Amino acid sequence: MITNNIRKSILHMVHYSKSSHVGTCLSIVDILYVLYFEKLNIDPLQPLMSHRDKFILSKGHGGAALYATLAERGFFPKEHLDQYYVNNGMLPGHLDMEAVPGIEASAGSLGHGLSIGVGMAVANRQSGNPGEVFVLLGDGECNEGSVWEAVMLAATLQLKNLTVIIDYNKLQSFGWTNEVIDQSNMAERWRSFGWETYEIDGHNLAEIRDVLSIEQTKPKAVIAHSIKGKGVSFMENKLEWHYKSPNGDELKIAYDELGDFL
Amino acid sequence: MRDTFITELVRQAEMDDRIFLITPDIGFSVLEKFRDRFPDRFLNVGIAEQNAVGVAAGLALSGKIVYVYSIVPFVTMRCFEQVRVDLAYMNTNVRMVGVGAGFSYGPAGATHHSIEDIAIMRCLPNMTVCCPGDPVEVEAIISQSVNHSGPMYIRLGKNREPKIHSQEAVLTIGKAVEVVEGQDVCIFTTSNMLELGHKWTKELALRGVSSSLISMHTMKPFDTQAVLDVINLGMPIVTLEEHNVIGGLASAVSEVIAESGKGVKFKKIGIPDVFSHVVGDHEFVRNKIILNGDKIQELIDWL
Repeated sequence: MITNNIRKSILHMVHYSKSSHVGTCLSIVDILYVLYFEKLNIDPLQPLMSHRDKFILSKGHGGAALYATLAERGFFPKEHLDQYYVNNGMLPGHLDMEAVPGIEASAGSLGHGLSIGVGMAVANRQSGNPGEVFVLLGDGECNEGSVWEAVMLAATLQLKNLTVIIDYNKLQSFGWTNEVIDQSNMAERWRSFGWETYEIDGHNLAEIRDVLSIEQTKPKAVIAHSIKGKGVSFMENKLEWHYKSPNGDELKIAYDELGDFL
Repeated sequence: MRDTFITELVRQAEMDDRIFLITPDIGFSVLEKFRDRFPDRFLNVGIAEQNAVGVAAGLALSGKIVYVYSIVPFVTMRCFEQVRVDLAYMNTNVRMVGVGAGFSYGPAGATHHSIEDIAIMRCLPNMTVCCPGDPVEVEAIISQSVNHSGPMYIRLGKNREPKIHSQEAVLTIGKAVEVVEGQDVCIFTTSNMLELGHKWTKELALRGVSSSLISMHTMKPFDTQAVLDVINLGMPIVTLEEHNVIGGLASAVSEVIAESGKGVKFKKIGIPDVFSHVVGDHEFVRNKIILNGDKIQELIDWL
């Protein structure tokens, strides 16, 4: 499965570079897969084609997952993934749009991506460009006030070419999301702000596919219930895997669980 | 400067359909001209400066040229991190237009004063910082800003400032302008102090001192050659600004002097690193905080 390839690339990257954020990367792989392999109108050979769909990974600390997905989709050679988070490498830990083709916006400070997505959606609508805009937010990221500034504006502008996916993995950097800031009514919040809101299993490819194909009349919010560290049993739902990188033995166990490379 | 800005922006927008204007709910009786003429290129995003900058970046990443207009502190500091990441780091074609240089909003209180903006905007890589001193400079900068590559900060005064330059003056972003030629002392001004600097050159002349006046309407890139030319003449230098003396014109000029390897007499006149608790109109606050005493006599004695 391609999703397993992406997961293995992520594990390799964080092991090789001894960097963190593997848990947050693994929780969004299935969403990235559906977007980049089925949904988005993109061409790896023409990353800047004018009517393309755009995707912004606002939770920039999940950058390794996007790099791995873009490489898997052919935007750049997979060997470049060895250049992640290492001295003189080409891929910084948080996304830099100048690093490789296919990154629509730099990210790393939380709460920026949705505003940028709103701007892109407004530009497309004003110019008659059919491209759609997708933004992935972390659930912890929704603590940022700037997210809600953008939420309010997008609803007011009725941006039906804009979709937000919230990676609702329920763990943030220093604890359970709802213990830090209670957002247990996440869907209700988005709906009350005027968004078409859906809740899905963020690892069920069919559900992701279906929800993204629903025609919209307003901006769409998809609350994707997910599991931090998804796919590697000892990482799932474990806060420490926000920060840790797997050692050689752990990497081997993780690889075995994910099966053979394609 | 405010009216000149919007008049020139409307003129440019008529010729270039990439131009967008965003406001976080500021600009009543100023921006209507643009809104009514180009409703699909105007956005009031509500009182949400962080979002205003992010939306501007998204538009700019889609090929638009975006102006974000608000009062100086809100368009620079309230959303500084968005300015840093979404504009400077991503090098997007967004122009942050701040109105109310220095103590323009005098009686409104220190939340509305603009005393640190030049310092913080000038230390951002990729950021061009323009501080026009009269309507002629505003017009030239806005006109040139359309095809300028990368983000800009444009610091406006208030309204109805007099023209110091002739309407035909040739002004270029990044190039200082000598407004008055003199021999005994050189006054550098930036932003809304151009008018006062001009007045001083006349008063100094009446008291027998020949002064030159240079307008630094662009604080970044800084025209170091213009300062070096004065240093090479051995002329005493005075900086005059309505901004904290830390980080603005005084700092920029003294950096050039320090690296020149030559000594020259140097005096800085600006806000002495204080918030104003003085209540009063622009001139009143300026006089209390910056210009207390007989500054002209002080200058002559210093020379």
